[in-house]
Amino acid sequence: MRHAVAGYEHTPVLRNISVDICTGETVAVMGANGSGKSTLMRALLGIVPLTSGSVEIHGTPLRRFRQWPRIGYVPQRLAAGGGVPATVGEVVASGGIARHWSRPLLRRILRTGARDDRRLVTEALDSMGLTTLANRSVHELSGGQQQRVLIARALAGGPDTLLLDEPMAGVDAANQQALADALERLTHRGYTIVLVLHELGPLAPLVHRAVVLSDGRITHDGPPPQPTGDCAAPGHEHIHPHAGPTGVGSGRDTLDATQLGGLPGA
Amino acid sequence: MLDLLDYDFMRRALLAAVLVGLAAPAIGTFIVQRRLALLGDGIGHVALTGVALGFLTSTSPVLTAVIVSVLGAIIIEVMRVRARTGGDVALALLFYGGIAGGVFLIGLAPGATNATLTAYLFGSVSSVTEQDVYVVSVLAALVLAVVAYFGRELFVLCQDEEVARASGLPVRFLSLLIGIMAALTVVIAMRVVGVLLVSALMVVPVAAAQQLTRSFRVTILLAMGIGVLSALAGLSSAYYVDVAPGATIVLIALAVFTVSVAGGRLLRRGAQTSEWSGDPTAEGNVEDVPRTDQGSVST
Repeated sequence: MRHAVAGYEHTPVLRNISVDICTGETVAVMGANGSGKSTLMRALLGIVPLTSGSVEIHGTPLRRFRQWPRIGYVPQRLAAGGGVPATVGEVVASGGIARHWSRPLLRRILRTGARDDRRLVTEALDSMGLTTLANRSVHELSGGQQQRVLIARALAGGPDTLLLDEPMAGVDAANQQALADALERLTHRGYTIVLVLHELGPLAPLVHRAVVLSDGRITHDGPPPQPTGDCAAPGHEHIHPHAGPTGVGSGRDTLDATQLGGLPGA
Repeated sequence: MLDLLDYDFMRRALLAAVLVGLAAPAIGTFIVQRRLALLGDGIGHVALTGVALGFLTSTSPVLTAVIVSVLGAIIIEVMRVRARTGGDVALALLFYGGIAGGVFLIGLAPGATNATLTAYLFGSVSSVTEQDVYVVSVLAALVLAVVAYFGRELFVLCQDEEVARASGLPVRFLSLLIGIMAALTVVIAMRVVGVLLVSALMVVPVAAAQQLTRSFRVTILLAMGIGVLSALAGLSSAYYVDVAPGATIVLIALAVFTVSVAGGRLLRRGAQTSEWSGDPTAEGNVEDVPRTDQGSVST
């Protein structure tokens, strides 16, 4: 993202933001309420249009970016869907739509690749410990369980990059730790992860870098501020053994469920 | 019992009713999921202008209604995207414009009066012609085919538009598709229940079904079942008791909804799922289903 300016109704929310996120990095975008951190993430995804500046994803300008299956977007909460019920399995399976839609028209009509899509869905459910909940209605679940549904939906597209908007909001402490563990396993798999966070909390150990926003400007970009101090020591430069310079996109079609492990059902 | 099948007009009416009962809840489920429950009403009002235009130009009112209501759906969608703050006002403007335009134009049409419009306002299923049945069949098949083919895409879009965008889905195209399918459904249902009650067939069966289900797929199928059941039951009771068919169909659907609310409560009490404890979700569903944020999640 370069010199990005964005806003709603002529009120700028982002003022000249430039940020590079490297493959395999885990970056936290932090800041107070209204600092523009959620807008930053939405601008990265093209949900909020930029007034000026540019966004490139995996080296492609956003306008021409078509590899949407590589991106897994985890919104802050599950949209209510007008009260129409949906099962965990249905919501997670809908995450495969990016893969389906990225195929050429003929393959879409013939539904080729449906078996691969289903396998990814099964693995995504498994990796988030949701297999036994697959037939439950998402509206019956706790906040932590719903967050896992949202992450599993993002994983069902087989992405290499995850963008999470406040994944800990509305999740109780015990489940926050379980979620943090699940995310940590994903970082070890080489995922690039961008998190919008109010506070680091249990995610502190896996965040390499924090971008702190204030009033639409970057006020800090570097190692995350650590109130406890243990990880903030100088020399805590994170060298990531899993992220090669060529990127992780190539081998990302196979999500290894055994390595991701299962979450304890909470 | 089956003597009502002896009459041609009744066979046509029943066929039209079944098609409406299938198509309206099918697209209606997505509209309710998208929290646009009033969309059908808006398009219905606009369709009335189309009907009047048909009389004025001495062409088929059904065909002009198709054209005008599709245009109306496109305008509603454009206004919804452009005017982020005044979406409901934009819809209201279309309501009034549609009704006023219809009454105004019908006055100009030779030989047609407001009474002509009444058949379209409240439905007149017994006057369905052979040509109407063809048009209704083709449109219903189109709506059902679109829902079947784009079901997954529409599900993602109606669940969360931002996720749809971040999945690379053509959000604008799919939004227009929903609007246009809703417009076609309005025209299909117009002859059976009338433009003022069209939206009821899109919303009420869905509201009833979602009391009893936990899966989207089952909801849409059950809603279609309730739609067909209400349409057939309403039409046959109208035949035997001589009451207004459109209104009877809608009242039966509402009765099914009431029973579903009670049934849903019993189901959930029986299941004793811990997550339901005092959750406002269950209550919200009962009060005014389509437009509230009930079922909204987490804390």
